[in-house]
Amino acid sequence: MRTDIERLYQQENRRVLATLIRLLGDFDLAEEALHEAFMAALKQWPEDGIPDNPRAWLVSAGRFKAIDQLRRRNRHRDAVDELTIQSLIEQDAEPEVDDHSIDDDPLRLIFTCCHPALARSAQLALTLREVCGLRTEEVARAFLTKTPTIAQRIVRAKTKIRDAGIPYEVPERHELAERLESVLAVVYLLFNEGYAPSDGDALTRPDLAEEAIRLGRMLAALLPEPEVLGLLALMLLHHSRRPARSDATGELVRLQDQDRSLWDQLLIAEGCALVPRALTPGGIGPYGLQAAIAALHAEARTFAETDWAQILGLYEALLQLTPSPIIALNRAVALGMSQGAAAGLAAVDALLNDPTLQHYHLTFAARADFCRQLGQVEHARVAYQQALTLTSLAPEQRFLQRQLQTLG
Amino acid sequence: MQYLALVYYSEAKMAELSTDDWDALNRECIACGENLSAAGQMLDGRPLMPVETATTVRVRDGKVTVTDGPFAETREQLAGFYLLEARDLNQAIQLAGKIPPARYGSVEVRPVRELKSDGNDHYR
Repeated sequence: MRTDIERLYQQENRRVLATLIRLLGDFDLAEEALHEAFMAALKQWPEDGIPDNPRAWLVSAGRFKAIDQLRRRNRHRDAVDELTIQSLIEQDAEPEVDDHSIDDDPLRLIFTCCHPALARSAQLALTLREVCGLRTEEVARAFLTKTPTIAQRIVRAKTKIRDAGIPYEVPERHELAERLESVLAVVYLLFNEGYAPSDGDALTRPDLAEEAIRLGRMLAALLPEPEVLGLLALMLLHHSRRPARSDATGELVRLQDQDRSLWDQLLIAEGCALVPRALTPGGIGPYGLQAAIAALHAEARTFAETDWAQILGLYEALLQLTPSPIIALNRAVALGMSQGAAAGLAAVDALLNDPTLQHYHLTFAARADFCRQLGQVEHARVAYQQALTLTSLAPEQRFLQRQLQTLG
Repeated sequence: MQYLALVYYSEAKMAELSTDDWDALNRECIACGENLSAAGQMLDGRPLMPVETATTVRVRDGKVTVTDGPFAETREQLAGFYLLEARDLNQAIQLAGKIPPARYGSVEVRPVRELKSDGNDHYR
C-alpha cells in the first residue's frame, strides 16, 4: 500500500504542486501544503482506500493544510490578513479541480519559472526544483555548484516572482512565440548540460538529459507548437546516440566511428516521426532544422551513406534564420563532406577571422581533419595541437591526442 | 517649475536597521508626504521595492527584450519617469515597451511598495 501511494505521489506531485501554486499564489506555501497533503495521504489512504481521483484529493487536502498554516501564522504574527484566508475558503466551493484550468497548471508553472525577467541561472535552477521536482542538493550537483548558492538563487527567484508581480499564467497567443523561446532555451540548456557536461568527469550528477526530455515530452503534449516538437525531436535523436558516443573505457567516439547498431532505434523512430510536424510551413525554426539534420544522420545506415547535400542545405537555412559562428562552422564541415576536403578546408579557413571560432577547439579539429584528408600532415598536426590548447574537457583532450598519434 | 527628487540609499545598510527603526522611518516618510502634499508642494511620490525586483526593458529593431536586474549603465543618465498602473509584471513590461526612449536606452521597471505605519519589515 505504501509503495502504491508513493508511486501515485511520484506520478502526481508536480501537477498537484502546479495547481496549488495557482490556488495559493505562493510557491513556498504550496510546497509545504503539498508535503502535508502527502503525509495525510499516507495516514488516510491505507484506512479509507485510494480515492478515485488522487490528484483532486491531494489538491483539496493541500488547500486545507494551507488554510491551517495561514491561520497558524496569523496567530503568531498579524501579517497575514483574514481576507486571504477567506478567499481561499471561498475558492473551495468552486470545482476548479475538474475544469480545464487545471490541465494548464504545469504549463503555467514552467512559463513562470522561465520568465525572461528572471536571470537564466535562476530559470534553470527553478525549473529543475519546481517543475522536475529535484531536491536543492540535486540541482546543485547538476550544476556543480554549492547547495547554499543554489538555495539562495531559488529563494531570490521566488521573491522576485512574488514581489515584482510575475503572473502565473500561460502567455497569450501574441506573446507566446517569444516567451516560448525562453522556455525552450532552458530545456535545451538542461539537455546539453546533461549531454556534454561543461567541465570534468561527473558521473554522479542527476541525468539532466533525461529530465530535459521529460520536460520536452510534457511540453509537446500540452503545447504542440512546431518548435516544441522540433526541440523534442532534436533531443531524442541526440540521445539515441548516447550509448555509442563513448567506448567501454569512457573515451569519446566520433559520429563517423560510432557503432550504429548501438543507436537506440526506438528513440530514433520517435524523433524522426516528429520532424515533419516540426517543419510545418510558417512554423520552421532553429530546433526543427537541427532536428531534421539529426534525423538525416540517424537514418544513414553508415557514415558514408549520410546525405550531406541535404544536411548542407539545412545548415544554410539554419544560418539564415539564426546566424552564428558555430552554425557557420558546421556548414563549412557539411560543405567539405559533400563537395570534398579541399572545399571544406577553404570554407573553414574563411571563418578563421571570427573571434569566437578562433578560440573554439572544433574549428581547428575540423581544419586538421580536412588537412589530413588532403595529405597535409604537418598542417594537420599544427591544427590538432591548436585544438588541444583550446579545450579543458579531459575526454576531448585525450581524443585529440589520439588523433595526433595516428598522424605518426 | 517642477522638480523630481530621486531617493537613493544602500539597501544593505537599511537592512541593518531594527524593525522598529525601519517602521519609524516609514512613518516619518508618510508624515513628510502628508505635510508636503498639504502645502501643495508634493505632486506624487512612491517608495520602491528592493532592487532585486527590478526588470530592464529595451526595444531594439521593434523587438522588446527583457532582462533580470536593474539597469546599470553609467553611460546613460536618468531622463524621466512614468508611474504606471498595470495588472502584473507582464503588462508593466508591455507598457514600458511603448515608452519611446526604450528604443534608445533602457527602462527599469520596479514595483512600487506601500508605506505602512508598521510591518514594513519585509521590503528592504
